Amino acid sequence: MEHTLTTQPHTGDRPRPAKNYLNAEKGIWSWMTTVDHKRIGVMYLVGVLSAFFVGGIFALIVRLTLLTPSHKLFGKVLITAQTYNRVFTLHGAIMVFLFIIPSVPAALGNFVMPLMLGAKDVAFPRLNLASFYLWVLGAVMAVCSMIFGAVDTGWTFYTPYSTTTDGAVTLMTMAVFVLGFSSIFTGINFVATVHKLRAPGIGWFDMPLFVWGIYSTAIIQVLATPVLGITLALLALERVFSIGIFDPKLGGDPVLFQHFFWFYSHPAVYIMILPGMAIISELIPTFSRKTMFGYRAVAYSSVSLALLSFIVWGHHLFVAGQSQLANVIFSALTFLVAIPSGVKMFNWLGTMYKGNISLETPMMYAISFLLLFAIGGLTGIFLGTLSTDVHLTDTYFVVAHFHYVMMGGTVIAFIGGLHYWWPKMTGRMYKEFWGQVGAVIVFIGFNMTFLTQFFLGSQGMPRRYYNYLDQYQPLHAFSTVGSWVLGLGLFLTAANLLASLRKPYDAPDNPWGGTTLEWQTSSPPITHNFEDQPVLEKAPYDYRPEPVAH
Amino acid sequence: MLPPQGSAYAAEVDTVYMALFWLSVVLFLGIAVCAIGFAWRYRYKPGRVTPHQTHNTMLEIIWSVIPLLLCIGIFFWGLHGWMEAAVAPGEAMEVQIVAKKWIWQFEYPDGTRTVNELHVPVNKPVRFVMTSEDVIHDFFVPDMRTKQDIVPGRYTQEWFTPTVLGVHHVTCAEYCGKGHSDMQAKLSVDTDADYQKFMETGGTEWEDYKNNPAAWGKLQWERKGCSTCHSIDGTRIPGGGPSWKGIWGKMEEMNDGRKVLVDQDYVIESEDFPQAKIVKGFEPIMPTFQGLLRSHERQGIIAFIKSLGNDPNGGPPAPTVLSLPPKPQPGQQAQGGAQGQAK
Repeated sequence: MEHTLTTQPHTGDRPRPAKNYLNAEKGIWSWMTTVDHKRIGVMYLVGVLSAFFVGGIFALIVRLTLLTPSHKLFGKVLITAQTYNRVFTLHGAIMVFLFIIPSVPAALGNFVMPLMLGAKDVAFPRLNLASFYLWVLGAVMAVCSMIFGAVDTGWTFYTPYSTTTDGAVTLMTMAVFVLGFSSIFTGINFVATVHKLRAPGIGWFDMPLFVWGIYSTAIIQVLATPVLGITLALLALERVFSIGIFDPKLGGDPVLFQHFFWFYSHPAVYIMILPGMAIISELIPTFSRKTMFGYRAVAYSSVSLALLSFIVWGHHLFVAGQSQLANVIFSALTFLVAIPSGVKMFNWLGTMYKGNISLETPMMYAISFLLLFAIGGLTGIFLGTLSTDVHLTDTYFVVAHFHYVMMGGTVIAFIGGLHYWWPKMTGRMYKEFWGQVGAVIVFIGFNMTFLTQFFLGSQGMPRRYYNYLDQYQPLHAFSTVGSWVLGLGLFLTAANLLASLRKPYDAPDNPWGGTTLEWQTSSPPITHNFEDQPVLEKAPYDYRPEPVAH
Repeated sequence: MLPPQGSAYAAEVDTVYMALFWLSVVLFLGIAVCAIGFAWRYRYKPGRVTPHQTHNTMLEIIWSVIPLLLCIGIFFWGLHGWMEAAVAPGEAMEVQIVAKKWIWQFEYPDGTRTVNELHVPVNKPVRFVMTSEDVIHDFFVPDMRTKQDIVPGRYTQEWFTPTVLGVHHVTCAEYCGKGHSDMQAKLSVDTDADYQKFMETGGTEWEDYKNNPAAWGKLQWERKGCSTCHSIDGTRIPGGGPSWKGIWGKMEEMNDGRKVLVDQDYVIESEDFPQAKIVKGFEPIMPTFQGLLRSHERQGIIAFIKSLGNDPNGGPPAPTVLSLPPKPQPGQQAQGGAQGQAK
């Protein structure tokens, strides 16, 4: 079989079925009561993209406020310090809890993973729907906390600030509590699905690497998220009933909160980045038309990152007042994270080596990811090293670092994956040219916005600052202009994707020549995914020419 | 790329930083050249068959072990510098820091106290013993490359040996609310003689303002952190206190219904016992400045408030302008007993 020419999409080997998961049932009620993983994935997608939009608007407001030290635009002060604090809190909380954490697993993972395993659905379809409704409930509670009193604690809710400040902090923490259960339910569901619902012939090492990434993520979601739930419940109890757990005025310990919080939130970093890496592990073999180099190494590195993520939380507390011995141990453990991350990076490059590489939009994002994640990872070394961390922590250096990992890593991979599976999900092809233009503008805008912030932080500009010294203004202004470029790129990308929805179905079953099972069903898939139970005949990423017979 | 170096330790940190910086540049360029180079060199050609390379164990071991060795080296290098910064030398001078929303309060070995202004002698190690009265703050001195959270309910420490005379910047690095970004202090590294003089007189800067006490007061308004909560243009700072514009001689209504004349007594009482009288419509959030203001600083603030005008709606006329007091003598200052006993 000749590889599919991406420039001349074909319409698949079989005629498009009249009924697919999108049009098999009609009406809003059929969506609200669906237990189809594909529909739930699409609903999640709409939800998380809305959250991304709102969080992005807040980000643009933050950057606009910091354009000048006087915060003035056309002679008027944009927002006060108090409003600024609320805006960056909402930006962080929305982006982390409502967007990035559910983005890849709950939206794309929900849609793609059962297809990749040749399954009809996830293991517990009703639980899947319940987890979506919990997400909606959490989102509504978060929106209510914005309307009724706002929250100004930062997304980290550090005590005793969070137990003593005014505003709807209790409601916001409860929102995150509910969102946590949504995440746990998704995790349980995915673990069970991977264990029990693989099609005949799919052994553990025949699974696509995307599934390995989602599986590792699901384990962290199940094990770590309860700690966040308990911590925020304690925080709420302390606020409402003045139980002294974290506030020293009541006999509590504020550093304990930071330990609890990061015991979840550091693994959460891997809940966010592992699925992003998982997408890249799909995109690179597909668009290099070459088998994945070091499949097992990449699979094991996902699992080892998941495990390592549980023992490095203390590196967030180097200057917080934890014991010096703990600082040394956590610094040493933190360096271990570099090894599996590096292994993945080298294996992706090894896959591209001697490949047959085409640069469709998803691959543009994959290469963006490699460059941006490299910067995110390398700057992590500065922060894991004790002596340099003391100077850099709590400054813009940290802000830049985690944006390179979270946005340059996860979000860029998410957008790449969205373009990759868009034809499968919607049955439509977007305009390739505008997709590529969007990817380039996003890449440039992202670097303008955040590369500058490494320099701001190195110079000693603390994070979460409303007022700043005049000397920082040129870099702040450059970063703000970058945020507009980034916003423009994302707007273009969104418009390009949405515009494709107006067309009739035109996507072939396998537009990219992918080797995993989701490309063997129609675009969009039928409600039960496959006409017949698929059987895996070839390991994923096998691009050898077809033998004469098999 | 980095702020000026204020100590020998800062130079050590910078060496590690710059080494990591160039290492990162080299590794990044390596990755970028591979990613972009491969995409170009192996660009799509119809019909080309790619080799089926599934893995190479030796390569996997090499690119795991080399980064591991590199990381072990960096860890110990960072540890080396940090160990030095972790323990202050025994002879270090001790300065107590109390952080509160949103001011820095410094207390020197002789009992002298200052607000938002820290003086230390050059080339002498100085150790800070720090605590917070409300939420977590962080004592960050970029020029010294040191930073430490200040946690309520416990004491944390930080130390450095300043080697560069002049003014360095102190800034709060742990988010603490509305005035977080205004929680700044001036670190003045003095010669021994200047430091001694400051300890005895609280500085002589005010003498420059003898003929303009209001300007001296405005300086205090900025330095002592009054400006975080009290505007001087009549606007209300959200979450702050009343503006100082036009309040002199005004009959203010308190939250318990009393009416109080804004005069010297009221201003001084509000500085020392800020919760005693709360203007109607405001929250009792002001920290006490008891023992933190010298008499000439108080006088300057009063002169400054006066200069901002009387209540336009009447009230008693303003008293005549005070002259500044003579140079304060040790023991006569407003710090109270602590300093008097220390002398």
